[in-house]
Amino acid sequence: MIRDITLGQYYASDSPIHRLDPRVKIIATLLFIIELFIVDNFIGFGICAAVLAAVIIVSRVPLSFIMRGLKPILFILFFTFALNIFMVKGEVIWEWKFLHITREGIQIAVFMAIRLVLLIIGSSMLTLTTKPLSLTDGIERLLSPLARFKFPSHEIAMMMTIALRFIPTLLEETDKIMKAQQARGADFESGGLMKRAKALIPVLVPLFVSAFRIAQDLAMAMEARCYHGGENRTRMHEMKLKTRDFVTFALEAIFLALIIIEARMF
Amino acid sequence: MEKIITIDNLIFEYSKSEGSENIRALDCVNLEIDEGSFTAIIGKNGSGKSTLAKNLNGLLIPTEGTVFVDGYDTADDDSIWEIRQRAGMVFQNPDNQLVSSIVEDDVAFGPENLGIEPEEIRRRVDKALEDVNMGQYKHKAPHLLSGGQKQRIAIAGVVAMKPKIIIFDEPTAMLDPKGRKEIMKIIMELHKEGITVILITHFMEEVIDADRVIIMHEGKVLLDGTPYEVFSQADVIRKANLDVPIMVELGDRLRKEGLDIPQGIIKEEEMVKALCQLKSQN
Repeated sequence: MIRDITLGQYYASDSPIHRLDPRVKIIATLLFIIELFIVDNFIGFGICAAVLAAVIIVSRVPLSFIMRGLKPILFILFFTFALNIFMVKGEVIWEWKFLHITREGIQIAVFMAIRLVLLIIGSSMLTLTTKPLSLTDGIERLLSPLARFKFPSHEIAMMMTIALRFIPTLLEETDKIMKAQQARGADFESGGLMKRAKALIPVLVPLFVSAFRIAQDLAMAMEARCYHGGENRTRMHEMKLKTRDFVTFALEAIFLALIIIEARMF
Repeated sequence: MEKIITIDNLIFEYSKSEGSENIRALDCVNLEIDEGSFTAIIGKNGSGKSTLAKNLNGLLIPTEGTVFVDGYDTADDDSIWEIRQRAGMVFQNPDNQLVSSIVEDDVAFGPENLGIEPEEIRRRVDKALEDVNMGQYKHKAPHLLSGGQKQRIAIAGVVAMKPKIIIFDEPTAMLDPKGRKEIMKIIMELHKEGITVILITHFMEEVIDADRVIIMHEGKVLLDGTPYEVFSQADVIRKANLDVPIMVELGDRLRKEGLDIPQGIIKEEEMVKALCQLKSQN
């Protein structure tokens, strides 16, 4: 069962959004987040939501899949909402003992909630439509101009690639160690939180040892295959911006202009 | 024939913690490897065979003596990438030598490191994957493949670098019999295509087809010759705590029983022939 795990939350499909250059998607997502913070009225949020809805429809990712990603942040959402609604000072419209709700509080709380929901959905669209490996490639190439200032963009991307590659390997290793410990009477399933956490120590120690062994093996194998960092390295997959990428950029620019004008007007 | 590897008085010592003596893993090894040959190196654990392999592509640098690969000195820092491109290496653990979570990206890793043009990398990757019969798996994730398939990907990754020599460091030790057979078949094919093969192993059956067998014992070369020459000295091999190929063992036992089996039989079909002849004589 451990062999079938999906990494990240990529939703396999062949939509126009999936085919976009990862760099374009990363930049568009960053711009979308900035836009969400420029906006401060309902019309602006309406535009953002409409754009996001259009992206979701084109991407053919089912809504239920996207909503799943929202679940873990429900608590944070509720918490910020409550905090804003009770803490902001202004024109009081409801009061009970020390609690009071203000008009400004409601407005800020609602805006913040909308902003957070759009932000989470927007950024998960990036990871839903981009394979982890293309994402890594995209990040490497976007950061590569920084290499001139000694920023280790290639090394960071390589680390992410290797991490992605070895997640299943380490999971298999964990499974193997746990089974070996269970065969000798270890109990991982009963007892309270502390007891269970303690039971994991005999798993974690050998896991660390084997992680270091794997690292040493892999480092040697990489050196044997002439790996010497990012210098003079070429890539099999070239990233070339295509027409659809430029169209996306143009649309994104119109969207940004619209948001700025809208925020000025109201 | 052209000598592609020349090892001269190679001594290699692992430095242990301070104070204690260094461990001498290789002791005065002298070898020359012919271009295009198939050499098998056998020995039990701790005989120095893996250390020897790692000295052949500059992963380890000799403590004393020299190793020349295709004219380059492994102790020379400037030629290290030239050497590693010429002498590729396949390791024992198929999991711990694959870098990428997509098969074709992993095969491209070596050529990418060499700075080859993208279109040429594409061609080499496709060719290398075809060579190991893994073409249809090129978009798969390695962790979904069997051990033998993973090892074939690792071989493709080396082949794509167009090496002259491939050193196999116990490539079948962690595989099942089916995977072992697949890998041996590919090694034989690569040898036929002209690649110099050095196979490190402890499976006697895998060395029968080699041009030359070297037996390592306690950091020294114990025996060196064609499989026939080496395995006719079964007593020396047994003294080094190694098994002999099953047909050699069978021949010995039959001779002890008084049957007239000629020396130097190492393959099954030769044994069948000898026994049939014996039967028709009686």
